[in-house]
Amino acid sequence: MKCPKWAHLKLSEINYQDIIYYSAPITKKKLNNLQEVDPELLKTFEKLGISLSEQKRLSNVAVDIVFDSVSIATTFKKELAEYGIVFCSITEAIKDYSELIQKYLGSVVPIGDNYFSALNSAVFTDGSFCYIPKGVKCPLELSTYFRINEQKSGQFERTLIIADNYSQVSYLEGCTAPQYKEHQLHAAVVELIALNNATIKYSTVQNWYSGNAEGEGGIYNFVTKRGLCIGENSKISWTQVETGSAITWKYPSCTMIGNNSQGEFYSVALTNNYQQADTGSKMIHIGKNSKSRIVSKGISAGNSKNSYRGLVKINYKALGSRNYSQCDSLLIGNGSNSNTFPFINVQNSTTKLEHEASTSKIGEEQLFYFLQRGISLEKSIELMINGFCKDVFTELPLEFAEEANRLLSLKLEGSVG
Amino acid sequence: MDSKNPILEIRNLKAAINNIEILKDLNLTVNRGEIHAIMGPNGSGKSTFSKVIAGHPAYQVLSGDIFFKNQNILNLEPDERSHLGIFLAFQYPIEIPGVSNEDFLRLAYNSKLKSNNKNEIDPIEFLSVIDEKLKIIDMSSTFLSRNVNEGFSGGEKKRNEILQMALLDPELAILDETDSGLDIDALKIISKGINNFMNKNKAIILITHYQRLLDYVKPDYIHVMQDGKIIKTGNAQLAEELEKKGYEWLK
Repeated sequence: MKCPKWAHLKLSEINYQDIIYYSAPITKKKLNNLQEVDPELLKTFEKLGISLSEQKRLSNVAVDIVFDSVSIATTFKKELAEYGIVFCSITEAIKDYSELIQKYLGSVVPIGDNYFSALNSAVFTDGSFCYIPKGVKCPLELSTYFRINEQKSGQFERTLIIADNYSQVSYLEGCTAPQYKEHQLHAAVVELIALNNATIKYSTVQNWYSGNAEGEGGIYNFVTKRGLCIGENSKISWTQVETGSAITWKYPSCTMIGNNSQGEFYSVALTNNYQQADTGSKMIHIGKNSKSRIVSKGISAGNSKNSYRGLVKINYKALGSRNYSQCDSLLIGNGSNSNTFPFINVQNSTTKLEHEASTSKIGEEQLFYFLQRGISLEKSIELMINGFCKDVFTELPLEFAEEANRLLSLKLEGSVG
Repeated sequence: MDSKNPILEIRNLKAAINNIEILKDLNLTVNRGEIHAIMGPNGSGKSTFSKVIAGHPAYQVLSGDIFFKNQNILNLEPDERSHLGIFLAFQYPIEIPGVSNEDFLRLAYNSKLKSNNKNEIDPIEFLSVIDEKLKIIDMSSTFLSRNVNEGFSGGEKKRNEILQMALLDPELAILDETDSGLDIDALKIISKGINNFMNKNKAIILITHYQRLLDYVKPDYIHVMQDGKIIKTGNAQLAEELEKKGYEWLK
């Protein structure tokens, strides 16, 4: 296989021999609660503004922490087990729930699906696994925090979430990495499976190191994320806030097989300095009356490149299906670049499809207007960005919507004016 | 004039944009309780003048001084000047998509309270404050839920500027062609808003092309600006004269 070249990205050759494919923190024992986690590791997370401790515990969020190549802690396991919910590292799942793993792992994203899924499938060592049994509405937000710590290490984790009939789950993924001068590769695979009447909501707040202001270093975030709405009336919703990474290259997708199934994709992708993003979604309609919705907001500042690329494919069997796509771009300053590449393929005549796109700009004149009214620069940008991203932020779990807003303002600090 | 109470003093001001000198040795003193009108042909530097006072970053002050309430403001940021009490009603109010007028107005109001070391007010308290002001310019409260200036008609944009002036209650208001593009009813409403705002502790600078605004808002002085300088100063009659004869005869 060869690394595909079609993306609107400029990336340097990756030397795959140079990457460390397995690295683990020294803590050996698998932990069940955060008190047992090495305080140094916790401090690292605290510094990054991710408090895994009291705050998240109190706000009812169960966390699985994946550090480099291994999962180091999973919280609330016992509490979740009472509902029959399985939330653990994928290593444990392979041992303890081998039937589910055999049936579903690789069923949404096959090994040879693409260049990076093949790489992931060959080398992955850990990740998160979650199973919600029939009729259970998961009482907690589940979340995984990923961190790449080793300088030369790549991260190739795997996430598998299965929502059985009539179940519901909301899942949040967060990621960070320290600052190194070299690029690090993150090539994960996420598979979601929603059975009859099941709902999965998957949210990502991505804050990988994005490289310095000159574009040195930073993460290559090449992730394959796909959800399968296999059951009738099933629903999968992706929400992503992408602020980090030197390069973001991913298309969280939904394949809607079940009749009346639904797929959603809400995205805010922010690029600054020399960051690049080529991101969007694929909505594949197969089931009758399947519905999908894409809301993509791209913000580009500095000298960054931000592209939306999307595919809406409606199969001849997907009678009465609907899609609504909205792609908005916001440019800040004069050096940034924004593109939209929508692909639409409809194979029957009973489908309704809408596509809207817009481009706007935060310019000196708008900021002067705010300033003249006595509103500070930071507040002005925050207000405008928040307004632009409103449709997406409302889709995030409440605890993280505020966080996401702050993160965006932080990322844009100093980029205007 | 020194025996009076100057709020704004501009001395030998030269300012440029993109290295082109627009204001060339401008002098002006405005006292509290006075309304000054600045007239002049297109391109004479009237809008530049207003933006330089407000601190627009695109304009460079080459020499001279601007004193506001006896303080030199040249090194102050636009938001600091605003907090001191300078307000500029824009000739072309810009659209801000995604930001509701209500949020914008509240944030501006609270920023001002904060700069005066007063407690900020919550959205519900704010509604009663803004309701009062809406009445002045005869606008319905649906105006608040729309995005700032987005899809506003020309008249609505100008009324929104006056609403902001009434809300922020500055000491010096510079109104840059606030009367342009208004029908006669809107002009009356806006004039009412301006007169309502004015008192002996405040000052207004009206930048205008037309006599008709001055029928409703009576200026104490009229200045004619040409080529970046004030070339003539007179009283209200000067405007009538200009209306009849144009600017050519002044050259």
